[in-house]
Amino acid sequence: MALINPGLGPIIWMTLALLIVLIILKKYAWKPIMNALKEREESIEDSLRAADKAREDMKSLKLDNEQLLREAKDERDAVLREARKIREKILDEAKEKANEEANNIVASAKSRIENEKKAALVEIKNMIATTSIEIAEKILREEFKDKKKQASYIQELLKDKRLKN
Amino acid sequence: MSDKLGVIKQIATWSLLLSFMTFSAVAANATNEEQHDMDHEDNHAAEEEKFEAGKWIVEHITDSYEWHILSVGNMHVSVPLPVILYDQGEWHVFMSTRFHHGNDAYKGYFISDDNFNAGKIVRKDAQGHEVRPYLDISITKNVFAILFSCLLLILVFISVAKSYKKTEGHAPKGLQSFLEPIIIFVRDDIAKASIGEKKYEKYLPFLLTIFFFILLNNILGLIPIFPAGANVTGNIGVTGVLAVFVFIITTVSGNKAYWLHIFNAPGVPWWLKFPIPLMPVVELMGIFTKPFVLMVRLFANITAGHIIILGFISLIFIFGEMSTGLGYGVSIVSVGFSIFMNFLELLVAFIQAYVFTLLSALYFGMATEEAHH
Repeated sequence: MALINPGLGPIIWMTLALLIVLIILKKYAWKPIMNALKEREESIEDSLRAADKAREDMKSLKLDNEQLLREAKDERDAVLREARKIREKILDEAKEKANEEANNIVASAKSRIENEKKAALVEIKNMIATTSIEIAEKILREEFKDKKKQASYIQELLKDKRLKN
Repeated sequence: MSDKLGVIKQIATWSLLLSFMTFSAVAANATNEEQHDMDHEDNHAAEEEKFEAGKWIVEHITDSYEWHILSVGNMHVSVPLPVILYDQGEWHVFMSTRFHHGNDAYKGYFISDDNFNAGKIVRKDAQGHEVRPYLDISITKNVFAILFSCLLLILVFISVAKSYKKTEGHAPKGLQSFLEPIIIFVRDDIAKASIGEKKYEKYLPFLLTIFFFILLNNILGLIPIFPAGANVTGNIGVTGVLAVFVFIITTVSGNKAYWLHIFNAPGVPWWLKFPIPLMPVVELMGIFTKPFVLMVRLFANITAGHIIILGFISLIFIFGEMSTGLGYGVSIVSVGFSIFMNFLELLVAFIQAYVFTLLSALYFGMATEEAHH
């Protein structure tokens, strides 16, 4: 019976003690502890979020870097390609120019040669003409040493002339 | 689910308790008869030495006016505690040593041997009946243990709160890091889970306080040396006060939906409410049975555990009385079982603190739940 008959004394003391403990702990223990826990949890959460954000930023930064690198590469390639093109163009142009020049040179040489040839031919012709005239003169001289012969020839020529007309 | 489990457990522990009580009652009867026989033989010395297991166990788990530590032969070592009585318009304050371990009367007051008031201070009225003084607020063993554990709780948790201020923004240290997981467990898995995110903060201080009060006293109750060892949470008055607190908080914070659910439960056929208000009566009874069950569960669990351990220990003396050698032999088994029971009780200490707090939180949650029908 004593087991389920605790008496009023312990009940009164227990009520009093529990009330006092409740009030004291609520004010001086649970409140600061709960606030501290909440604050810490929030700060942890914030830190985690910040770390996540930093990681994300890093990722995008890396992506940016890659993009930049790729662009740079592309640009380099483009520049190189352009340069190659330009070189080829320059080479082609130079070749063309050279050809033209050569052609010009050849052409002028040809014309000069032609001219020279013509001049030479003219000279040869002249020479031949003079020589032939000289020869003819000499021949004529030789022929017309004899006066009779001259007269006969003139006669003949004249005759021919008349006949022809 | 946990409620069901708790009920099953409670039934189990009650039946265990009852069986032990009948056992002890039988034992007590047996010894009484023997005592009578011995009285005939006028052999008082032998009577003193006779070991009464039932009485011995009940003495150990009930309250007393002095804190008995040990007895060697006829010499009793105990811590005297103050007796505070208010009776017949007068205050009486004296130390319990005046009773000389229950053998003497002081100012007409003595410690009763009667069945109902056994172990309590009584006086004889004019008719010769034993009556309790008007008010007995003595600092008994349990009251002392309550005050001691409350002081310990205050000291521990204020120091923990201080260390939170000291280590602000840093990892917890020492006692703080030991208690923090438990505090967070009570907050997240008991309060938040049962009451809900919005309202749990109002009830958290109470839940934390009763959780640590019950846990501390359960554990202190397992330590057999002063100033621990009082059976505080196995005192039905203490568990009753805790349950009354839960009852008051539940009833005061009950909202419209809660009372509607009790008096006019939605979804229940009308003929269960009218003309005989069967459901309202059952629900109304539920308001009182819930805290009553809380009270009995904690009391019975802790008391049963103590009775089992004390039962194993008393086996040593029962067999020792038959023959000394048998007593030593049994002691090996008894101590082994007691150690096993102590570990089990350590588990029960945590489980019962958890169950009491969880059910309290569930009742608060029920009282504050918004209508969702």
